[in-house]
Formats: sequence, C-alpha cells, structure tokens
Amino acid sequence: MKHFSSPTKAIVAALGLAAMTAPALAQQGLDEPFQKPFKEALAGKTVAYVPVAMNFDLTEGWYAGLKKELEPFGVKFVIRDANWNTNAGAQAVTSLISEKPAVMVVHNPDVQTYAKLLQRAENEGIYVIQINMGSAYRSSAFVGANWVEIGERQTEAVVKACEGKSNKIAIVQGALSAAASAYTLKGVENVLAKHPEVKVVSSQAADWDAAKAKAITQTVLKQNPDLCGIVGFWDGMDIGTAAAVKEAGLTGKVFLATSGGGERKGACELVKSGAFDLNMSYDVPTQAAQMAGTIKWLLSSGAKPGSIKGSEYTTLIPITKENADSQTACWNLSDLKK
Amino acid sequence: MKHFRFSQQEIVFVVFAGLFLVFSIFLRGFLTTDNMLTLLQNVAVLGILGLAMAIVVIGRGIDISLIAALAVPPGLVLQMVQNGHSLPASLLTAVLLTIAFGLVNGWLIAYAEVPSLFATLATGLLLAGLGQTALFQLDVVQWSPGMDGFEKLGQGTILGIPTSIVMFAIACVVVAFLLRQTRWGAYIYAIGDNPFAARVTGIPSRPIIVLQYVITALIGCFAGLVLAASVNSMPTRIFNSTLIYDVILVVVLGGIGLSGGRGGVLNVVIGTLVIGTMLNGMTIMDISYAGQNLIKGVVLLLAVITDSFLNPRNEETAQQGDI
Repeated sequence: MKHFSSPTKAIVAALGLAAMTAPALAQQGLDEPFQKPFKEALAGKTVAYVPVAMNFDLTEGWYAGLKKELEPFGVKFVIRDANWNTNAGAQAVTSLISEKPAVMVVHNPDVQTYAKLLQRAENEGIYVIQINMGSAYRSSAFVGANWVEIGERQTEAVVKACEGKSNKIAIVQGALSAAASAYTLKGVENVLAKHPEVKVVSSQAADWDAAKAKAITQTVLKQNPDLCGIVGFWDGMDIGTAAAVKEAGLTGKVFLATSGGGERKGACELVKSGAFDLNMSYDVPTQAAQMAGTIKWLLSSGAKPGSIKGSEYTTLIPITKENADSQTACWNLSDLKK
Repeated sequence: MKHFRFSQQEIVFVVFAGLFLVFSIFLRGFLTTDNMLTLLQNVAVLGILGLAMAIVVIGRGIDISLIAALAVPPGLVLQMVQNGHSLPASLLTAVLLTIAFGLVNGWLIAYAEVPSLFATLATGLLLAGLGQTALFQLDVVQWSPGMDGFEKLGQGTILGIPTSIVMFAIACVVVAFLLRQTRWGAYIYAIGDNPFAARVTGIPSRPIIVLQYVITALIGCFAGLVLAASVNSMPTRIFNSTLIYDVILVVVLGGIGLSGGRGGVLNVVIGTLVIGTMLNGMTIMDISYAGQNLIKGVVLLLAVITDSFLNPRNEETAQQGDI
C-alpha cells in the first residue's frame, strides 16, 4: 500500500495546515459576500404606499409594520392617502409613476381602476405589490387574504352551527362595488351550493356601515326570529349586526361569523364578549411582514419589474372563544406602532 | 281642481299612507307591533338629524356640517374614555367642542355673512379633518368598558318602546317647544320668512342665527351619541357617507321648503316615516341594493312631480332663494 501513502500524507498535511490557519481566519473575520449588495440595494430607495384610506386598523397596521421593517435599512417610506376617494387614489398612482419610487405598495379600491396604471408602473421599472385587494393586472406580488376562502370558511361554520336548527341564514354584504365583498359572496355561494337545505332569508349590502347593518339585521330578525346564523363581511360593520342580535336577545342563539384584520379591540374583545362567534382574521402584522419580506427580496434580486409574478395568500386565523384570550390570536395597533 | 290644493306635506302623507297600506296588505310580517317598532328604531337617528336640519332650514339656512357634529364630538367621547378619562369629563369636553363648533358656524354665517352652504361645507371638512388627524386613532372608535351603562341611550327599551324611538320623541318635543312656544322660535320663522323685514322690526337676527347653528350642532351631537350607543362604536367615517343627503331629503320631502319660514316638527316626522317605511318594506322583500335605489328614486321623483303639478311655481308663490 506504499503508493497510497503519499496522497494520504498530503491530505494529513493539508488538514494540519487548515487546522492551523482556521483560527487565524476566524480572528480576522470572514466577509459575508451578499450582505453588502443587499444593503446597497435597499439604502436610499423609496417605497410608496397607497392605501384606500388611512385611519383604520388594516391600513394603519400595514403602515406601521412596513415602516418598522424597512426604515432601519435606509428605505424612504412615503404615503399617499386616497381617503376613500378612488379618483384621488388613481391620481396618486399616476403621479407616483413619474416620481419613480423603487416599489409601490397598492391597496386597490376595486378590480379595474388602477389595473392599467399598475401595468404602466411596472413597465416604467417600479415593482408593484398589491395588498388584500388585487386588481385585474397581476403584478410582481400580491399579498393578502383569499376572500373566496374567507366566505367559504365563514359559511361552513354558520352551516355547521345551524345543523338541527331552522337552517335559515342571513348574509350582510359590504359595498356592492367592492371586489372583496363580491369574492366573499362567491365563497358563500360555493358552500351553499353543497347545502340545499340551508335557506338564505336575506342577502343585503350594508355598505360597510355598522348602522345600516344593524337596521337590516333588526328587520330580518323580526321577520325570522328562528334565524340560526349570519354571515357578515367585515367586523367593523358587523358590530352593528351584533348589536341587533344582542337587542333581540338572541346572542348565542344566532351564530355570527365575520372577518377582519384581527386588531384586539375589533376582533378578540368582541369574540370574548360574545358579539361574534367566529372572526376570520387575516392577521395584519403577518401580512405587513410578508410585504416587507417581498420588498427586500425584490430589491435585492435585481429582477426586472413585471418579469416575475407571484402571490402570497394569507394564512387565516379563525378567532373563536377558544383562542380569543391568547396573546397571539390578535394584535394591538398601539404596540405595533412602538 | 282649483280647490284641491295639496301641500307637499299632504302629498307625502298620502304617499306614506299608500305605501303603508300596500305593504300591510301584501307583505307578511309588516304590520306587526314588533316590526313597526323596528321601523321607527331604524330611522330614529335620521329623524333626530332631520329635526336639527329643520331648525336651520326654517331660518333660511342649511347645515352641511351636521354629520361632522354627529361623528366627531361623540367619537371624541368614546376615544377619551378609551384613553382612560372619565365619562362625565369626556361628555363635557364633547359638548363644549360642539358649542364652539356651532358658534364658529353661526359667526361665519351671521357676522361674516358667508352663505351657509359654503360656510358649513368648509367647517364640516375642518371638524372631520381635525377628528381624523388629531383626535381619533382609528376610523371606527370602539366602545370601552368605561362606557358601560351609556349604551342604554341607544339600546334596550323604555316601557317596551326601543330607547332610540324615545330619544327621537324627546327631541321632537324639545324642538317643537323651541319653535312654537318660545320667542326665539318665532324669531327663527320671521328670519326665515324675510330676513330683511325681521331685522327692520328689531329682531336680533344675528344672535338668533348663531343660536340656530349652536342648537343644530348640539342636536347633531345628541344624534351621534344615540347612534354610537346603539351600534356600540362610533364609525366616524360616516362623515364620508351620503347621510347628509338623506337628512336633507327627510326635511324637504316632509315639506319644509328650502326657502325658509315654513314647516315644523310634524313635517320631519312625516318625512322620516316615508323613508322608514320604504327601507323597512324593501328589506323585508329582500330587494337588491340597486333595486332599492331605483325604487327610492322613483318614489321621490313622483312626489316632486306631483307637487309641481298641483302647486305650480309662479311669480306669486316663488320665493327668493327657492331651490
């Protein structure tokens, strides 16, 4: 085996050398080759945020979350508040295209209005991330809830609660023009198609308005006191639905399912109080973290805007009496802002 | 036909009676005590707002900022209690804010002589903007444990009648008393009928105008508290809604002319009843949102057309400022 000895010796020698030099290298520190380009890719870049309006739990939560994740890297974070005005939002997007931020985070008021503008933005070299409400144009990324799934899961819960009861349910929709409302309704229909025994006694739009939701629910409950469940489309509106159920003395008898961003006062507290039986939460801080992650990935990838497209549908958290007390089911806006 | 001169009020009453009759006959579950109470309860806040608007409209003004007075001071109460202040202190702050707001409106209109439409349009935006930027953390201000007990203002019943209806009734009595039994009320009618003549006869027009707007703002704030109590939160975004048009509709439909000096509490009640009956009937029938808008539009149009056929405008009947 003599002819094997010299390579063995060489290996041993090499290992020995490595063992001697390794501590020396550790003392000098090893440069991680990718962090510097990452930092450079982010520093000084502008991220523009166009929500349909500020001042409500979802958009405030996304804003706080994005700011917290991105500003430490020297990213400039600007906001263009459309304040429930679709025209103002379209104007904001148009002027942003000429200002050329690196990334636009857009919350669409409907499917069509911004679609062409967002396509133009990506052609001009701006990454577009759409949140919670997508448009007809598929951009670099969509981060948000799957409304159809929300509708399905809420309705499944209501149908289950109705088993052995009257099987009469009511639906309190949002605004008819909002795609989120239409998609949720599709989810409701999907489940109802499988349950012909369930009868929808009322399906009305309350315009995301708590007072209207209350008025509609009161009338429906007077006509159908044996109603066994209600599918509501947003917790901010369904406070009114819940108030109507409570006034009719039917809390606990009428199963109320709703959905929202999972802010503690608007979700967990109300589930605990018995106002809601189920609140499908799309956990806003996680959504914000996913958006921020996507922005970091896109900026550091150097990919051409519009050349890659993907979606991140939110993993929903069903909030019920069981988990409403836990620390993690809901979030506090005031903590997120810190 | 010459002796058949219906006033707008009577026409609307006929429309109301007709609707009511049709619904009672054809709609199962409409004519029940429970449903009647629900009907009234659903429009109680609208009715209270109608009363507030009636006061300024009778005085030949208009208050577009009413929804801001409805949303912001009550929202402030909920927010302050949420932040740990006591309920009485919060209520007092809100009332002071409302009075200050009414004074600004009144001063702009009575002393700076800005037309009421523009003055209140601007101040409404100002107050709503102030609320959004400085006062509230979120659009929907949630109920907090410190408010417990206060929800009785809008929920539950008094002697079997839902509280919000009782509140509407109280507001009706107060406003009727103010307009018909006090000298100030008479002054408001006089100013609305002919502001120049009123001034010449020695009526303190400017202070009375200021008073109108302060009272209107206070009633608006009261309506907001009832609304907040009834839905356990204050959706301050209501400022962006079309509620103000509904309020004007109640007033005008009820027969209070925008040219001022005419009408009273009864008109507001009738206007409110028509809207309430329509909404309730259509909800029972489960008519789609678009269908509801169509029907509302047609009924209102019919009322207006009938009015202009039966009471044609001419030089004699038309007043300055008549819209």
